[in-house]
Amino acid sequence: MSAASQDVATRNGIFARALIYAVLILFAVYYLLPLYVMVVNSLKPLDEIRQGNMLALPQQWTIAPWLSAWSTAQIGVQPTGLKPYFLNSVMMVVPAVALSTILGALNGYVLTKWRFKGDNIVFGLMLLACFIPFQIVLIPSARILGMTGLAGTITGLVLIHAIYGLGFTTLFFRNYYEAFPTELVRAAQIDGASFFQIFRRILLPSSGPIIVVTVIWQFTNIWNDFLFGSSFSGFNSIPLTVALNNLVNSSTGVKEYNVHFAGAILAALPTLIVYIVSGRYFVRGLMAGAVKG
Amino acid sequence: MRKFLMSTAAVAALFAAPMPMAHAEESVEVLHWWTSGGEAAALDVLKKNLESQGVTWKDMPVAGGGGEAAMTALRARVTAGDPPTAVQALGFDITDWANQGVVGDLGEVADKEGWDKVVPAALQNFAKHDGKWIAAPVNVHSTNWVWISKKALDAAGGKAPETWDELVAVLDKMQANGITPLGHGGQAWQDATIFDAVVLSLGTDFYKSSMIDLDPAALGGDKMVEAFDRMTKLKSYVDKDFSGRDWNLASAMVIEGKAGMQMMGDWAKGEFLKAGQKPGTDFVCIRFPGTQGAVTFNSDMFMMFKVGDDKKKAQLQMAADIEDPAFQSSFNVVKGSVPARTDVPDTAFDDCGKKGIKDLAEASSGGKLFGSMAHGYAAPAAVKNALYDVVTRHFNGELDSKAAATALAEAVAAAKG
Amino acid sequence: MAELTTTAPRAVTNPRATLQDLLPKIVLAPSFALILIFVYGFIIFTAFLSFSGSKLLPDFSTWVGLNNYVRLFNHPNWITALKNLAIFSVLYIVICSFIGLALAIFLDQKIRGEGFLRPIYLYPMALSFIVTGVAWKWFLDPGIGLEHVMQSWGWESFSFRWIKEGQMAIYTIVIAAVWQSSGFVMAMFLAGLRGVDNEIIKAAQIDGASTLTIYRRIIIPLMRPVFLSAFVVLAHLAIKSYDLVVAMTDGGPGTATWTPALFMQKFTFGRNEMGMGAASAIIMMMMIFAIIVPYLYSELGGKKK
Repeated sequence: MSAASQDVATRNGIFARALIYAVLILFAVYYLLPLYVMVVNSLKPLDEIRQGNMLALPQQWTIAPWLSAWSTAQIGVQPTGLKPYFLNSVMMVVPAVALSTILGALNGYVLTKWRFKGDNIVFGLMLLACFIPFQIVLIPSARILGMTGLAGTITGLVLIHAIYGLGFTTLFFRNYYEAFPTELVRAAQIDGASFFQIFRRILLPSSGPIIVVTVIWQFTNIWNDFLFGSSFSGFNSIPLTVALNNLVNSSTGVKEYNVHFAGAILAALPTLIVYIVSGRYFVRGLMAGAVKG
Repeated sequence: MRKFLMSTAAVAALFAAPMPMAHAEESVEVLHWWTSGGEAAALDVLKKNLESQGVTWKDMPVAGGGGEAAMTALRARVTAGDPPTAVQALGFDITDWANQGVVGDLGEVADKEGWDKVVPAALQNFAKHDGKWIAAPVNVHSTNWVWISKKALDAAGGKAPETWDELVAVLDKMQANGITPLGHGGQAWQDATIFDAVVLSLGTDFYKSSMIDLDPAALGGDKMVEAFDRMTKLKSYVDKDFSGRDWNLASAMVIEGKAGMQMMGDWAKGEFLKAGQKPGTDFVCIRFPGTQGAVTFNSDMFMMFKVGDDKKKAQLQMAADIEDPAFQSSFNVVKGSVPARTDVPDTAFDDCGKKGIKDLAEASSGGKLFGSMAHGYAAPAAVKNALYDVVTRHFNGELDSKAAATALAEAVAAAKG
Repeated sequence: MAELTTTAPRAVTNPRATLQDLLPKIVLAPSFALILIFVYGFIIFTAFLSFSGSKLLPDFSTWVGLNNYVRLFNHPNWITALKNLAIFSVLYIVICSFIGLALAIFLDQKIRGEGFLRPIYLYPMALSFIVTGVAWKWFLDPGIGLEHVMQSWGWESFSFRWIKEGQMAIYTIVIAAVWQSSGFVMAMFLAGLRGVDNEIIKAAQIDGASTLTIYRRIIIPLMRPVFLSAFVVLAHLAIKSYDLVVAMTDGGPGTATWTPALFMQKFTFGRNEMGMGAASAIIMMMMIFAIIVPYLYSELGGKKK
């Protein structure tokens, strides 16, 4: 907390502070409502949901939907629950996040500390890549994966996710390193440090906050992706989001809403944990550069 | 720096190692969207049958949008040159894929087992392409059903309606009795499902000329205005919260007696059975009044793709197992539909199922078995969805009946172009 | 891009091995090449598609000129989608920015429990709309959600049925979309506020400026870069909005909540009209670029050292 905003704060009257708290709490309720709907209904038997009233607490509490979503719900022809798909998602997300973050960091480093003519154009073109709608790249990407023999493999999925994350990761690191004193880099250069030595010894140690932002951003986006996951995975690499979609989106089957909600929360747990644990660093990381420029 | 490079390289190599593409002796990879309890369990029977014959089942389920998500994934798979062995598909989608020249040939097994004789001709129009069997039909859903709560019907006179006027009378009584007469979910495909039945109730010739032949005169004519007027009438019996509701929640309204009836395909029966209701005592199934003797169908098929010789044997085995009468019976008992073969005994089916099998055979032999527009068996996807747009806009009050009929003809013309 | 390969790096001053000189470009090159192929190559591919008669799969054997674009702009659903995008994006961006800024300012007032509130505001961004959309759909459904609850609590006349009304349904999508991203915008503004130089504020206080004036005249104008960043992030989310529409209304009631992203997906993959889908994608890309390019130009052009 900055000293200045404290000073500003102390000038507010009691009434104003009460109002501020009221607004903050009101918004907390707004943000929590859908989660509440999901949690409450995941703890009800299906009959109770059919009767209506989504907001009421369960009359009869049950954790059966959770157990079902985890290990016995029908995802494909076999009642496996979401359990086996967690590992597929982890195998896909971790390398994709790592790869795009490493490349983004190096790109940001080059674009700010080793500038060359036209570097802004290169950066601009990479940044525009953030905004491409994924639906239009589906078919040509499939073609390239097919030609390289990566169709239906986790490697292929990792590659695609890493490529389409490059725009954002480069943006984050580039803005962060922009504020990093270039003099330090020059000094190390004169001392004979190499390109990678400078990166590893000087920039990397102070990149904590921006790494957190990048990892959160990439982790969330890739974990929640459905389009690429359903199109580029093979029968043994189906990611969790596709499994969740199979659980909730069947067309002519009986819909077990309580299981759907339980499954949705289970599938979101990794991202939720990442947000809650690192929320503090997230703001710090944004502050340190991601929102500038 | 070296260490850094090496460690990244190691990481990359670790993940770059391609997944071992385990080519088991015999295997089929199956892309489908049957992922909910009953239907997936029913499909599991097929998987077990294949496994007992030494064929491994590689499951590739992608649900959503009535198969739209699976068809999206299929495009990626085919473009990558790595199509699945078998893909669940509907109607004109099968024809469209066949036109791309990427589908397989099941002739060997179809000839041996005489599919030509036991599968209704209307289904063969889709399962065969240029005289070759390319898909194995699993079932036939018929879409012109009405599911009526027995209690609500008894309170409204007890006689199941057989004509449009009787239907209106029953709906009026139900309304007077203080319940929602028509349980309905306002999603485009559900509106279109009712529309199918309404058009069919104005005559089988009219259905054929408008929905299947797409005759502009029939699409924009006076009879179509009348069809839309009937839709307007039906709209007056739905509750005010109908829009966006899932079909199974509409079924739940009928099950709980909050609504009198639902107009929906035979998969709705599963909801009733699952809620512990019995056909005949708790609910009644009838054909949409005025469509008796005719059936609009929707058939789930497994479309077979061109595969290497190493997989051909397993593919044919799978096709043979799908058409196995015992599987057709056990699968369809669970799914609520009826077998795609007309020679499967109806002993395992309940009253509604028996009626379905009988109706199908009758309609098929009488030339009154038609593809359902709402489910992609009357017109290709572009036209089907163009029809959806107009039907749903009219049902939601954006267009009046006359404007809707005109728009229908225009939309179909635009979608064809 | 020719200059990229021909000019020498201007920063390097010492006469070391050529490898070291080229290393930065060698490091950057793979990423740049991948983006050139996977983004710009594919955009060009899509542009070609939009002039072709492709239906189920890409098919470059028939060329239809501008026909796909003509059909696109004659299609009532596309016109609806454009109108909805205008309503949606304006409301979404304005409301998210306003709520984000307000919450950030409030949260920056030495609030107890900030560490507790912040993740609550942020978590919606972490969830996939495949299912939170269903939760919203239920909550907004008058028969089972908010209206039902209010009426059962005794407020008989309470009515909130926008999601069922063609004219109003798009606004419910705004409510859910704001729910998803305003917390993220809040975090961006909070970071911005925490980065404001205290000396400026102290000086203003000494001059006797009120809190309100300090915020209005000094702090909020300093947030300009944050506003721009937020605008870019929100604008691209608005144009790409697909998941939430599918989960909440799937375009209904009727065709009232179609958006361009929904149009593109449905025409390309659901209706086997790949040529028209590509045409809608190209129009969308043009809209995105029209927003982003001027922003990039001002940001990058202005900062050149």
